[in-house]
Amino acid sequence: METFLGIDYPTWWFLVVGGLFSGYAILDGFDFGAGAWHMFFKQNSSRETALKAIDPTWHGNEVWLVIGGGTLFAGFPVFYGTLFSAMYTPFILFLLFIIFRGISIKFRNMEEMLWWRRMWDWGYSISSIMLAFLLGVVLGNILNGMPLDENFEYTGRGFFEFLNPFSILVGVTSLALFMMHGAIYLLLKTEGKLYNRIQQFLKIGIAFFIISYVVTTSYGFFNLEHLLVVFENNQILFVVPFLVFLSIANVPRLASKKKYGWAFIFTSLTIALLLVIVAFELYPRLLLSNEVADNSITIYNAAASTKTLKIMMGFVAVGGPLVLLYSYFVYRTFWGKVKSDTEGY
Amino acid sequence: MDVEILSRIQFAFTVAFHYIYPPLSIGLGLIMVVFESMYLRTKKKEYEVLAKFWTKIFAITFGIGVVTGIVMEFEFGTNWATYSRYVGDIFGSALAAEGIFAFALESSALGVLLFGWNRVKPWVHLVATWGVFLGSMFSAVWIVVANSWQQTPAGYHIVGEGMQARAEIVDFWAMVFNPSSVDRLTHVWLGAFLAGTFLILSVHAYYILKGRYVVLSKKAFKITLVVAAICSLAQLFTGHSSAEGVSENQPAKLAAMEGHFEAEAPADLYLLGWVDKENKETTGLKIPGGLSFMLDQDFETPVTGLNAFPVEDQPSQVNAVFQLYHLMVAIGMFLIALSLFALWQWKRGKLFEKKWLMWTFVFTALLPQLANQFGWFTAELGRQPWVVYGLLRTSDALSKSVQANQVLFSLILFFIVYFVLFLLFIYLMNKKIQSGPSSDIDFDQGSLNKEIADVVSK
Repeated sequence: METFLGIDYPTWWFLVVGGLFSGYAILDGFDFGAGAWHMFFKQNSSRETALKAIDPTWHGNEVWLVIGGGTLFAGFPVFYGTLFSAMYTPFILFLLFIIFRGISIKFRNMEEMLWWRRMWDWGYSISSIMLAFLLGVVLGNILNGMPLDENFEYTGRGFFEFLNPFSILVGVTSLALFMMHGAIYLLLKTEGKLYNRIQQFLKIGIAFFIISYVVTTSYGFFNLEHLLVVFENNQILFVVPFLVFLSIANVPRLASKKKYGWAFIFTSLTIALLLVIVAFELYPRLLLSNEVADNSITIYNAAASTKTLKIMMGFVAVGGPLVLLYSYFVYRTFWGKVKSDTEGY
Repeated sequence: MDVEILSRIQFAFTVAFHYIYPPLSIGLGLIMVVFESMYLRTKKKEYEVLAKFWTKIFAITFGIGVVTGIVMEFEFGTNWATYSRYVGDIFGSALAAEGIFAFALESSALGVLLFGWNRVKPWVHLVATWGVFLGSMFSAVWIVVANSWQQTPAGYHIVGEGMQARAEIVDFWAMVFNPSSVDRLTHVWLGAFLAGTFLILSVHAYYILKGRYVVLSKKAFKITLVVAAICSLAQLFTGHSSAEGVSENQPAKLAAMEGHFEAEAPADLYLLGWVDKENKETTGLKIPGGLSFMLDQDFETPVTGLNAFPVEDQPSQVNAVFQLYHLMVAIGMFLIALSLFALWQWKRGKLFEKKWLMWTFVFTALLPQLANQFGWFTAELGRQPWVVYGLLRTSDALSKSVQANQVLFSLILFFIVYFVLFLLFIYLMNKKIQSGPSSDIDFDQGSLNKEIADVVSK
């Protein structure tokens, strides 16, 4: 198999897709988190400020989902087809909530009526919560594995099979993680009374995350043994969970010192490191076949041709820096606390 | 109903709904760039007011366009898993390129376009407007490339057999510049410009009729009319070139578009008609040998008809393809006639005096939208029974693990959500249009000013 810098192309692409989805989780993660807290703000002005904190940038964050989806489709088409059709219901719901969230943000401030704003506040908040939860549910199902046949076709049936205990736990954990992450982002963007209130929320968020993380990890430890093999074989890899532990521990420490910029870096790092653990647990598999191990989808039997992967590596090499440049420019433009001017559309 | 028909309805419904918005965004983007550039060049307040007003409308169309666009990307996987595996190499890389090279640009620049008026220098803001416009143009490039490859596959080879068969790229540029890409891209771009410009003409015609923002609207109308006239004429050429391409590369589709059955005979050109697929005949008003003449400048040249294809390789909805195609052409011709007539009236100095002409423009905003829809339905229905022409049948492209009740459930949800979304869109557009360009300079608001404006314009 052809390699680049000693690493084969499917592995490179595994890293690219993983990197893009980590980027998406970090960026849209704080949007989801901010949305999940939204209904806990009582005053209209607080809600407006909280919404303004994400309004100019959430579009750019969603780009990572679109690019992540495209690179997954192109790089691992077999996996893309199987995962999306197997997870039909959660993905359709995800789409509908993506639509709801987008239009709630867009439409909320277009009318003055209280009921109108309430309605979109609820729409925004519920869809943010559901999006965070559903992302976790899909990840939980990937970690769980699925029944697959020799054509890598999902053989499970039924509407609600995607809701199993482990994936629900992962869903709740990702919601908690994003709520912690989002609260810190809001602290970076707000001032005054609202800022004080969010400080209280953050404490709850941190506790919520730590509890759900411990429960989920313990459940996985006892019930999903197939994920632990890689750590048993390469004990050096235990350094990653240890780094996760340090990273999580830093969040309450920095929060208590009100160093929210640093705390934000550590919640982002936590998200990335948790996904690194997922990557180690799976690699080189993408989707585990629960019944017949040979039917598992791996980066090798799911990958596009080496030629395509090479072409797309070129896309990423050229386009990646551009995307980062745009993001840098936009975040720099809207850096700092939300201004109370009425600018907008 | 079975999974296949439900999945087809769902994809057609979600993509058709989506396609209301991107053409508007592309077309409005073009004129926003024009207005804002004129503002920077002349420093005249009116261009700033126009640019800001249309940015507000743009915000609505763009927002709905983005959220309804992600749906299709996911549907390839959820409903068309076999298709995804088959074409991932090619179709997937075009989608990935769209995300990286186009969507990232437009979505990032959008934040600055909408919220940056007071935060960045005017020229930086103009750069952001250009960014959004060019990003949406590039999006069209990759999406049309991906779809054109389905129509006229090139630069690939097939690897594996049966369920494992897949198309892989052999020559990337041959894949990108497949035989139909360029014709279809220019056709799509112009269709988008027409959708945007005719919406702008419609709204300003409405203001002129209502005596609001009259001076401002006349200026905007004239600038936009020039662009609309150029685009509607140019569309004639890209359309003709596209049809020629279809005759070479997808003869069964062309035969359906024109209702031509005989396997090898000179073909007539129908102005309107009705296709009876059962009895293999088309009746209607026609120019004998007209299609042969259009394609080869000779009334006698034989054209491949539907009978040349086995029944299982013929499009099933021949009459629908015929009717939609003819309606699209009729709309195109009407847009040319209307914009040329308006230019002529302008030259005579009577453009804004004919009320009926202004009312015609008010309602014409719908026509490019319909033409865009009809054109795409012609292209997609005409390609049937293939999802990738000549390679993969639509019926083989489905997700094997998805059940009819799941698709029915999602289809109903999409119907409900999109219905509500459409009502909101209409409501908010109407509201933005009724409240008009906000301006601290009183150009000519109110009925009193209408009289003054009328005097001025005479």
